[in-house]
Amino acid sequence: MPSKQDILDLQFIAARHQLIDLAAFFDRLDRHPGPADFRLEALRAALPILLADRPDRACGVLEALSDHTTEPIAQASMQGACGAWEKNGKQKAES
Amino acid sequence: MRYIEPHAHMVSRTTDDYQQLALAGCEAVCEPAFWAGFDRSSAAGFHDYFRQLTEYEPQRAARFGIKHFCWLCINPKEADDPGFAREVMSLIPQFLACPTVLGIGEIGLNKNTRNELAIFEEHVQLALDHDLPVLIHTPHLEDKLKGTRLILAALANFSRLDRAKVIIDHVEEHTVAAVLDAGYWAGMTLYPHSKCSLDRAIDILEIHGPERLWMNSACDWGVSDPLAVPKCALQMKARRHSAAAIERLIYQNPRDFLSQSPRFVLGAQ
Repeated sequence: MPSKQDILDLQFIAARHQLIDLAAFFDRLDRHPGPADFRLEALRAALPILLADRPDRACGVLEALSDHTTEPIAQASMQGACGAWEKNGKQKAES
Repeated sequence: MRYIEPHAHMVSRTTDDYQQLALAGCEAVCEPAFWAGFDRSSAAGFHDYFRQLTEYEPQRAARFGIKHFCWLCINPKEADDPGFAREVMSLIPQFLACPTVLGIGEIGLNKNTRNELAIFEEHVQLALDHDLPVLIHTPHLEDKLKGTRLILAALANFSRLDRAKVIIDHVEEHTVAAVLDAGYWAGMTLYPHSKCSLDRAIDILEIHGPERLWMNSACDWGVSDPLAVPKCALQMKARRHSAAAIERLIYQNPRDFLSQSPRFVLGAQ
């Protein structure tokens, strides 16, 4: 099994690139006018998970971005998905 | 390096992709029925599509020495109209005698609606009635967790279902454990941006082990890579997985699952 050093040697530059790309994405949003929406808040809320002391950060991020309601909905207003769950949005399940 | 591509939508790919698959060592490609990129306007559209899956694609693949198999269903995106869905489903039995049809798929959920769930359950019953394996699509992005839970709960109601003949595809870190713990097969899809990356799929393999796990490209209309599976194999090698471990994941595991259909016939192992 590779060591931490082996994984760092293999993937540090790619991870560094992804981190800078994410930072640049936030910078880019700041430079552009108008309001953001729930998707930005969802990303911000998920960020602390990256620094949490847990072995399943990827799982945590996915769960943070997911719909946790339990009942099927009556009708969908769209076919596609957007990447984050809006708690009081159009897709909420009917009680 | 030989491998099996267990989930690729070749109707959306050019013939060049078959050539690339062959060059990379692909021996067989399996194609579930899916969305056309738009909602088909009639059941006749699905009839033609099923003909394309069972007649034309096997011929196109054979030009490059690749065996092509397929799964049939009405996909979740077009399953929200139950009347229309049932009309399409009534076409399926006539195609089950085709020599390259493996089972029912890719059924599942899209937006987790009641109608989608009802049609999903009717597909599972159809598979049971004909003793066929099942390939299941889990929803995209924020809908995946809820959809996977609904699917697992629905499947649990089918007491005669052989869970070893069911693969739940497009798992990610937050759904894979529930699928494997319930006794089903789990598929990891190597799809840019919206599903697993190559390294995350390898992470899942390392954490959960190789039992009942496969990976696929699910290449389709979107930006996707039909060579994702052999590329992941190269990444497994870079991460010091043995040749035997790689062969198991990209060849033997899919072969073991798919061979549960008597129609899935390749050369000698």
